[in-house]
Amino acid sequence: MPPIEAGQPAPEFSLGTYEGNRFTREDLLGRITVLVFYPFAFSPVCTEQLAIYQEVLEDFEARGVTLYGVSCDSGWSQQAFREKLGITIEQLSDFEPKGAACRAFGVLHPGGFPERALVMTGPDGVVLWSHQASNPAELPGANLIFDALDAVGV
Amino acid sequence: MRGPAGARAVIVYGDYECPFCAALEARLHELELRVTFRHFPVRASHPRAQAAALAAEAAGRQGAFWPFHDALFADQGRLEDPHLWARAEALGLDLVRFDADRRSDAVAARVREDFRGGIRAGVATTPTLFSEGLKHAGRPVPELWDALRQG
Repeated sequence: MPPIEAGQPAPEFSLGTYEGNRFTREDLLGRITVLVFYPFAFSPVCTEQLAIYQEVLEDFEARGVTLYGVSCDSGWSQQAFREKLGITIEQLSDFEPKGAACRAFGVLHPGGFPERALVMTGPDGVVLWSHQASNPAELPGANLIFDALDAVGV
Repeated sequence: MRGPAGARAVIVYGDYECPFCAALEARLHELELRVTFRHFPVRASHPRAQAAALAAEAAGRQGAFWPFHDALFADQGRLEDPHLWARAEALGLDLVRFDADRRSDAVAARVREDFRGGIRAGVATTPTLFSEGLKHAGRPVPELWDALRQG
């Protein structure tokens, strides 16, 4: 399943926040958002990926970009993961119905977890850029996101 | 940078709390290479990596970057402040200056600059080694030594 491509509007979707609210397509509007889909909380590669993004979070913020981590783990697991890593990147849970949002973005792995993928949306909710790692063990460097921001002129 | 002039140039992004970085470092000593080390401390994974990087740069202000660097990799289990002071003392550094330098904005900026440079170069894990068109990320493997030996 290929990830959603640049130029396509983000699909309708619903993800859970730790506070128990829903995060939907509406929440993408008015700003630049990067959804960081990762396979599992606590798996070693994900740990480094989000930890490294956290190190340059202020650079993303300076460019008006908000990052969210997205996985099929429950909000409780995601919160424990955040606390363990000491990261502030907000997490969104695709737990119920499991994988529905990932499927809508074209990033659901056949194994029932998100591919390691990045989807950037613009203030109008249209996809500006997307990337999927060739396999879930491959880490997309933060440079890919910065390069994409340069390319779209942000 | 250290190593014989004219030897193959290698740039390593690493952090002092990363076991694979220490493994890589140990093997790099066995090869004739001109090595540049750049700091890539990921605090969430390695809580003392940042402090260790700052300390190495502070030692560098007194001309002791590489001895301090080696002393850090030689004993990754001891990276708390008293251990950093002990290393500085063993190397005969001015401790007051060392402590002021490792907390200074200039040293922090230096480490930050290395990190940002690593991000721009596509570093996504430690260690990541670049050498004349070669890029290797993560745990060092035998194929890497073969590639570096070929020169």
